[in-house]
Amino acid sequence: MYVGAVFFPLLGACICGFFGRWLGDKLAQWVTVVCMALAALCGISAFIQVGFNHAPATVDIVTWLDVGGLQLSWALRYDTLAAMMVGMVTLISTMIHLYSVGYMSHDETQPRFFAYLSLFTFMMLMLVTADNLLQLFFGWEGVGLASYLLIGYWYERESANRAAMKAFIVNRVGDLFFMLGMALTFWTFGTIEFNGIFQGVEAARQSTFAGMPVLELIALFFFLGAMGKSAQIGLHTWLPDAMEGPTPVSALIHAATMVTAGVFLMARMSPLVEYAPNVLGFVTVIGATTALFAASVGMVQNDIKRVIAYSTCSQLGYMFFAVGVGAYQAAVFHLFTHAFFKALLFLGAGSVIHAMSDEQDIRKMGGIWKKIPVTYALFWIGSLALAGVPYFAGYYSKDMILEAAFAGHGWTAKYAFICGILAAFMTAFYSWRLIIMTFHGTPRADHHTMEHVHESPAVMLIPLLVLAVGALFTGAYFYDQFVGHHWAEFWNGSIVNAPHNHIMHDAHEVPEWVPLAPTVVGLAGIALAYALYMFMPKLPGRIAAAVPGLYRFLLNKWYFDELYDRIFVRPARSLARKLWQVGDVKIIDGMPNGAAALTVHASGRVVRLQSGRVANYAFAMIIGLVLFVSIFVFGVGR
Amino acid sequence: MNAAGFPLLSLLTFLPLVGAGIILFIRGEEAVVASNARWTALWTSLITFGLSLILWFQFDKTTADFQFVEQISWMPEFGLGYHMGVDGISVLFVLLSTLLVPVCILASWEAVQSRVREYMIAFLVLETMMVGMFCALDVVMFYIFFEGVLIPMFLIIGIWGGARRVYAAYKLFLYTLLGSLLMLLAMLLLWYEAGTSSIPEIFNLQLDPSVQVWLFLAFLASFAVKVPMWPVHTWLPDAHVEAPTAGSVILAGVLLKMGGYGFLRFSLPLLPQATEWFAPLIFALSVIAVVYTSLVALAQEDMKKLIAYSSVAHMGIVTMGIFTLNHQGLSGAIFQMLSHGIVSGALFLCVGVLYDRVHSREIARYGGVAKIMPSYAMVFMLFTMGSIALPGTAGFPGEFLVIVGAWQANPWVAFGGALGMILGAGYMLYLYRRVVFSRISREDLKALLDLSPREYVTFAPLILLTLWMGIYPSSFLSFFEASVAALVTRHEAAMALPRLAGM
Repeated sequence: MYVGAVFFPLLGACICGFFGRWLGDKLAQWVTVVCMALAALCGISAFIQVGFNHAPATVDIVTWLDVGGLQLSWALRYDTLAAMMVGMVTLISTMIHLYSVGYMSHDETQPRFFAYLSLFTFMMLMLVTADNLLQLFFGWEGVGLASYLLIGYWYERESANRAAMKAFIVNRVGDLFFMLGMALTFWTFGTIEFNGIFQGVEAARQSTFAGMPVLELIALFFFLGAMGKSAQIGLHTWLPDAMEGPTPVSALIHAATMVTAGVFLMARMSPLVEYAPNVLGFVTVIGATTALFAASVGMVQNDIKRVIAYSTCSQLGYMFFAVGVGAYQAAVFHLFTHAFFKALLFLGAGSVIHAMSDEQDIRKMGGIWKKIPVTYALFWIGSLALAGVPYFAGYYSKDMILEAAFAGHGWTAKYAFICGILAAFMTAFYSWRLIIMTFHGTPRADHHTMEHVHESPAVMLIPLLVLAVGALFTGAYFYDQFVGHHWAEFWNGSIVNAPHNHIMHDAHEVPEWVPLAPTVVGLAGIALAYALYMFMPKLPGRIAAAVPGLYRFLLNKWYFDELYDRIFVRPARSLARKLWQVGDVKIIDGMPNGAAALTVHASGRVVRLQSGRVANYAFAMIIGLVLFVSIFVFGVGR
Repeated sequence: MNAAGFPLLSLLTFLPLVGAGIILFIRGEEAVVASNARWTALWTSLITFGLSLILWFQFDKTTADFQFVEQISWMPEFGLGYHMGVDGISVLFVLLSTLLVPVCILASWEAVQSRVREYMIAFLVLETMMVGMFCALDVVMFYIFFEGVLIPMFLIIGIWGGARRVYAAYKLFLYTLLGSLLMLLAMLLLWYEAGTSSIPEIFNLQLDPSVQVWLFLAFLASFAVKVPMWPVHTWLPDAHVEAPTAGSVILAGVLLKMGGYGFLRFSLPLLPQATEWFAPLIFALSVIAVVYTSLVALAQEDMKKLIAYSSVAHMGIVTMGIFTLNHQGLSGAIFQMLSHGIVSGALFLCVGVLYDRVHSREIARYGGVAKIMPSYAMVFMLFTMGSIALPGTAGFPGEFLVIVGAWQANPWVAFGGALGMILGAGYMLYLYRRVVFSRISREDLKALLDLSPREYVTFAPLILLTLWMGIYPSSFLSFFEASVAALVTRHEAAMALPRLAGM
């Protein structure tokens, strides 16, 4: 069961990837879907076994490395945190495989797509079940590879290739710090296996490295690594571009699973991170800023997928500031519910795009809700959950995060709370802006497209329905286990709060207006969106015209891409060219080539001495003779 | 006498030479000669490889001593002798050499059409020299093999190379020879001091630190060129670009490793004080190599040149690892050498596949190859990932261990080395994107054929090894575990001595 959950997807990927050409499209697809379904069965039963029957397990597979005290094995660690992730990932991945059968049915190289998708799932499962940092890094890079391959899936599109490369390289910036974090961890604890690290934390609290507390430094490195993968502000630029990939990919990788790996990492390392208060403050600020920044950008984007992408980015910010205030459980809870409703939204968007003949610009949509009623209804459910409207999944988790932020200590927690409330307002606003512009109003697509608008086939709708069930009920159903009364038994030590950290308790004792606040601002956001886009559709344009600077600033995503292009990409290019043309060709090669040229030149001159005229030789001889004689007579004589 | 019961290492070394002798006597029509020469060379190298597998199975991994030793006194009055043997450090390099030669011969099967007989002879002689170099336990023999490698390589580039082959061949020759002459002086001094040319006996020397410095510099001159380290790396891109595909494979796969091997065999055990003293310099040069050449690689427009520069960057990681002087760093460096031998060799083969079909190495000439050559695209992707050290491929364990090791020596060095992770991903993916992805822009590319069965066979062992080394590196690391441990202990003991004496 434990092994099956992880390795069935790999089996599917191998069969489909290597033999897909002979199996044919249909068979190859269903092989991966069946493998994923088996994995989901195993995964969910593992979750029940570990999470509810409290039976954590570790499955050793084989030794990986053993170099001078650095010993590592491939092993699957099933504690509640891992099992929860396994259950969630396998279930959502199965749904998305199924959905892709319909969505990708017109594609030319379907086995390739499904092989990548299954490969991704395998890597993600390796990541979450890792027993040591290196295996986690294996999964970490593996999902990066799969993401690269899937973003660039339509490799004939130049923009897709560029986005894929960008994703990989920006992620690598984070990975660099991850790598350094592993190095420092090893030299601090003498191991990079989780059990060993966690046991050594107490002893390492006093040690310093280069004048800094070593735990702070390690936590900082891992957080910088997590920032890359989870698209936090500064390293977020790849995520919106990643929408070049097929929509199921965006749903699976860039919403539900991979991007949350950073949050998972922080939760996994909670026994260590707990003792790095300064880094936690930094995490809070970064998370809160990301939540606000991404929500603000999301309000003005016009591409249906980009809006949702920024929304993802913003929700990840929420999770991080939850981590920052010490409420890892709340972060993971939001991760869990978010996976359902965000996947639902993305797949819903895919369904819309499918219906609109691959149109993604919401300015060219509108007036289609009657033609695709199921998608429309599901989109509502997803948005309600996202906006945190009561009794939908997002309500429970987002409220918990904001309560934790309110209960947290220090100015960073206050800052996070304010950002979180503002972002909650914006979230509701852009969600309904999206709904209204996509489904309501006068049709803005051309006649031809409008005729083709149709509801998606059942194979696409069934996964949507399953996810909708998740978006409706996971919050209410799991609240008690994840963050409510039973959290301590449920997590069973897989997430650790230090003795001085009472946030999980304090968060439930906040003033009464705090839990209400997000709902109120959420409803206000919805109302504003209705007012602006439904009833006064001229007004948004006028507002944008009134503050053109602000509008352009948001539309251009705070100019991050331009800034990075200026300070990193272009200088690197020109430096590369200079180092090559000047450094290598002129200077380094210039020396030996110059020496060679000099030799040729000099020998050319020397050759001229041999003129062949006896008189010249005789003359030279006489001069030489005179010189020697004079040296002999005057020089030696003295 | 040794574990195999017969002089295995000598057989491995000189069997290719016998094969070369046989080829020399082939007579007949040109086509027949060519075909016979190919088959003879292939079989010779395959038998050699098969024999070398005995090393894999019978090598005793628990000891750091030399094994399979053969020793014959030759000129006892001068202390000269014939002395062969392998330890954990060299044994896998022998296997790497014997593996890559048949791969190269297969890769040249159709690519080389002129003077096939001479080409095959050159390759077999090259194998003798390479294997001999890694097995030699006598400085004179070591020097002969070390230099001897140059001759067939010079011919391979100079005769079967590209347009500027003569320039490249001379550059290769002069650069390496200049360094080697200083090494010869150093070896003569060692021989004079120890009264013997046997390497294990020379190890017992205790050299004065001031002498060590000069010896270190002399060795450095030779090994730095071979590795190659910045700033004496410029011969490599030229040599790679002009060499035929198989020549590049051997050049990247084995020849570059001779420098790193030299450091491990001579500089570290013999010159501990000087090594410690020069380590910061080497670190600086290594970090420059990683960052500088990675950036230069980013600007290349020639596929082979790009991979050649990436080799310099990867070898920067190797030298960094060697001079960390700790267990992780050294193991990582050796592993990185092996994996680089496989992966960059394979990358040159990938370039060769396209070159054979289109006869151009220019990146801009290609694009959209994935569409018509899907299997090739997959193979190329695997090796690209190996090159950028994705966990699960051969490139990763070495780089990881070196960075862990370097962190202990100096965190900034580790950071510099890790920068290569980002830049490496940059230039390799940029290459891959321009060659394999995007839309096919040129009509003639549409007619390309995917990998032929022969090419599959050529790639198969490399694919297997790339994955094996990535997923289960222990089976390789265990070979040099004991030797590296002994090297580290030896170094620490040597460093402790002067301190005691000072008290």
